[in-house]
Amino acid sequence: MTRYTQPTTFYTKEHEWVTVHNDLATVGITHYAENQLGDIVFVELPDVGAEFATGDDMAVVESVKAASDVYAPIAGKVVEVNAVLADKPETVNESPREKGWFCVLEIKDGAEIASLMDEEAYKAFCEGL
Amino acid sequence: MTMNNHGRPTSPDHVPSDRNVETVSGSRGLLQHEGLIFEVGTPETTGVDLPKPKNRTGRLGGVARKKGTGLPGLSEPQAVRHYMRLSQKNYAIDLGLFPLGSCTMKHNPRLNEKLARLPGFADIHPLQPQATVQGALELIDELATWLKTLTGMPAVAMSPKAGAHGEFCGMMAIRQALIARGEGETRKRVLVPASAHGTNPATAVQCGFVVDEIKANERGRVNMDQLREKLHNADDIAGIMLTNPNTCGLFESDIREIADLIHEAGGYFYCDGANFNAIVGRVRPGDLGVDAMHINLHKTFSTPHGGGGPGSGPTVLSEALAPYAPVPFVVKDEDGVFRLVEDVEGDASESFGRMVAFHGQMGMFVRALTYILSHGADGLKQASEDAVLNANYIQARLKSVMTPAFDGYCMHEALFSDAFTAEGIETIDIAKSLIDEGYHPMTMYFPLVVHGAMLIEPTESESKAELDRFCDSLESIARRAAQGDDTLKGAPYLAPMRRLDETKAARKPILKWVEANADSVAAE
Amino acid sequence: MRYLPLSPEDRAEMLDVIGAKSVDEFYADVPEAARLKGTIEGLPNHQGELAVERHLSKLAAKNRSASSGPFFVGAGAYQHHVPATVDMIIQRSEFLTTYTPYQPEIAQGTLQTLFEFQTQVAAMTAMDVANASMYDGSTACAEAAIMATRVTRRKKVILSGGLHPHYAAATKMVCEAQGFEVVQLPVAIDDENALAEAVDDATACVIGQSPNVFGTVTDLSKSADAAHEKGALLVSVFTEAVSLGLVTPPGEMGADIAVGEGQSIGNGLSFGGPYVGLFACTQKLVRQMPGRLCGETEDADGKRGFVLTLSTREQHIRRDKATSNICTNSGLCALAFTAHMTLLGGKGLEQMALLNHEAACDLADALDEIDGVEILTPRFFNEFAFRTPMDAEAVLAMLDEAGVVGGVRASRLFPEGHMGDMILCAATECTTPEDIAAYAAALKEII
Repeated sequence: MTRYTQPTTFYTKEHEWVTVHNDLATVGITHYAENQLGDIVFVELPDVGAEFATGDDMAVVESVKAASDVYAPIAGKVVEVNAVLADKPETVNESPREKGWFCVLEIKDGAEIASLMDEEAYKAFCEGL
Repeated sequence: MTMNNHGRPTSPDHVPSDRNVETVSGSRGLLQHEGLIFEVGTPETTGVDLPKPKNRTGRLGGVARKKGTGLPGLSEPQAVRHYMRLSQKNYAIDLGLFPLGSCTMKHNPRLNEKLARLPGFADIHPLQPQATVQGALELIDELATWLKTLTGMPAVAMSPKAGAHGEFCGMMAIRQALIARGEGETRKRVLVPASAHGTNPATAVQCGFVVDEIKANERGRVNMDQLREKLHNADDIAGIMLTNPNTCGLFESDIREIADLIHEAGGYFYCDGANFNAIVGRVRPGDLGVDAMHINLHKTFSTPHGGGGPGSGPTVLSEALAPYAPVPFVVKDEDGVFRLVEDVEGDASESFGRMVAFHGQMGMFVRALTYILSHGADGLKQASEDAVLNANYIQARLKSVMTPAFDGYCMHEALFSDAFTAEGIETIDIAKSLIDEGYHPMTMYFPLVVHGAMLIEPTESESKAELDRFCDSLESIARRAAQGDDTLKGAPYLAPMRRLDETKAARKPILKWVEANADSVAAE
Repeated sequence: MRYLPLSPEDRAEMLDVIGAKSVDEFYADVPEAARLKGTIEGLPNHQGELAVERHLSKLAAKNRSASSGPFFVGAGAYQHHVPATVDMIIQRSEFLTTYTPYQPEIAQGTLQTLFEFQTQVAAMTAMDVANASMYDGSTACAEAAIMATRVTRRKKVILSGGLHPHYAAATKMVCEAQGFEVVQLPVAIDDENALAEAVDDATACVIGQSPNVFGTVTDLSKSADAAHEKGALLVSVFTEAVSLGLVTPPGEMGADIAVGEGQSIGNGLSFGGPYVGLFACTQKLVRQMPGRLCGETEDADGKRGFVLTLSTREQHIRRDKATSNICTNSGLCALAFTAHMTLLGGKGLEQMALLNHEAACDLADALDEIDGVEILTPRFFNEFAFRTPMDAEAVLAMLDEAGVVGGVRASRLFPEGHMGDMILCAATECTTPEDIAAYAAALKEII
């Protein structure tokens, strides 16, 4: 199993990004997703310490007229959440890949990373939509 | 002759044409500016003259409020103006056509209002001795009789407070019936079409069921192949929730087969009665195999929408579900005395329980019965037919410039997609442009199964002249939308307000007035 | 038919434009077997106003209205005087015949009144925020319980023994449908703080009522503290909104959610509905609140305006994940409430509350003097329970014959409570000294 000692980013078909670094995975939504949702007005984050299986509802991101679930891209335990989003949900629109991250997971099973898309695959996936 | 030379001619030639007049008051002619009561009133003012308290010794035992509310009062003339001025910023059925699909915004007869205010109905207490409210119980019984007759169903629960509450009632009856069969734990799956009102899946979940979505076919009806597949050997099926006529404004032509299939699978058929107005007097849901259906008295039976309620949602039940109806209900004893069954025992030993305090929306019952008796058998049928005729007329007049979502005739509402619009123009722009033409927008983006849906329900209350005027307006807007006229995106221009910033409202919610530099501050 | 504008000629002309021969073609999808042949069974044809009015008036005349004589029934609905202005305002077409304000550009009238309503309810309950109303107090109570389970992610709800039994039943039904456990504490006139002992680590919320169904007022602070210590919420219930002018409000007792019935302000008795449910909570919980919310914002020209907001919680967006299936509030009843409160003001509310309290104290004094009558409620606002030496149902029937509607027998609300000798009664600003004298005289005669 590959161990990522340098931050490496992967993607899901649900338009989430996952940056893996050693045992930790930082999760957010992609530019494509925030653009589709429009102005984001609220992000409901999980509690620190919560554990999720792959595909569980982990967070909710709300625009004025839509609420979308954010799924756990891989199984893990939440070790940190982005407190900035509580006051400034617009950060997700302004900086989806940097300041607008949702939470950090402690990876349960590193083998799951292999099922995620790399940047090129995700780009092709979006173009195919 | 007397020469009155004080008058001045006002022929348009003499009037400057600049329309961008700024005013000091913030009012615009008849449209008066009006602040919040917290800006207009003072805490010392009261507009009610009450007797002086005696200041006798009390019996609160010290459980007394420490800090006053600080709320302002207004004198009567101030209060009257406050609400009159605000009222002028509202659109209403009494002003014009209100084509909200799925909402049945029909005329609200004033006789209904008058009779609901008779002291014998408006000023009686729900817990008075029953001997002193025999007329009220008789009225509930009489309305129940007509609702059962019109739907062809043997029982009706009168207490649900609104449509969604009626859905809850029907689904709870189904749940209770399954429990009685010993299948309460195994039958949890409820089929709901993708086109359903949002309340349907929300209700199913509230009753502990799991929602399984079924798709529509290309004709806007239930996809029967998928339905059969989902019901094949399905011993986990609790039932189906289906709107008929459906939310696409179409009658489910396979409805009897749907009912048979669901019954064969051991489930029950819940019908969302939101669109009952299309078929009153022509079709009885009981003849379609329905087990439960709520009736929105505020839609079909003309009780006022009141800016968002109160509603009323009596729910008719089949023989299979009737024993599980909620308490309370009215029974007529052999001696002609009406009696309330209020507890889960005796006549109601199998009831699923009580949904609400007291007996339901009496004020709405009076209005609905008044409507039914005023229309009579001939009027109710004619009203349905006129509602359907009006919708088809709108569809026919607009189908060359807009895109009907489905081929063929509709029932009481006409559904269009946004396929005819140019790139960049959206359904919302068309809807908001209707405001400038003096109309309330149609229902937008619902049902979800049609792209950019526009659902238009004119009801029977419109004259042909009103319909023509509306169609002329919408036709012109639709042409501009097809041509990509960008000015639509700024509409409305002529309403009391321009488009409002909903993003700002949701990001930092200000949900009450807070005193701070006379400005509200974020409540967070 | 006076409500149908189309003439036969219009109909023919319209069918022509559509290209249909008759309306029957529109109903072609209806299965043959389900087409109703003939007319609606038993229903006469349309009638003029006069005929309908006669029929309904006859039914109305068979009821004894509260204002027609001494009247003392409370227990969840109350006789109060509503200023004439209030009814005039709610009959304005622009308020009466409009829809939920989803199009804010042409609904600022409704929206601003809702914003004012929310502010008033928040101030009266001493809570941070209030929603735009619920169906009624009992359904608001049920929704509060569900909200508490959502907030705490726990599954146990504890109901006090003084909670109105209809509220308890409605709450129990809704909770159990969703698989939550409901614990009903023993019925008690004065034991609201038993909640404090009952709360445990699995509890989502405790639900207490003040004034409770027996009229007892209680400071629920102790229950609030105990609940918070265990990570649970206190839901504080009231059925008499006028009490908020005088009695310790939910916010001053540390309630997390306050719910109650708003009928007393602006709305008539109407045999139990339509009423208006009040729902308020702390700022922290606002995004978990059910029902509609109105919020302030600006329009494209920078003008202050109001919109329905946080609607992503609601059923039309969240569907099976909504906080509630509710899609109606009680708009017009909320308007009546806010208009009456605007006339009263804080000062008027306090005065009205004091008048209610004094009337009830006078009534208690008068009844207390009768041999065999025992006032059971230790501390009260405008209603209390008393014991008679005879069966309460018989007493009330005899009172009725004497022209006095004397209250509710407790056994009607608690059929299994062995309270056959107990009567619940209320007095309000409508109660006159003559009414009280008539009650006392008639009761003395009976027992």
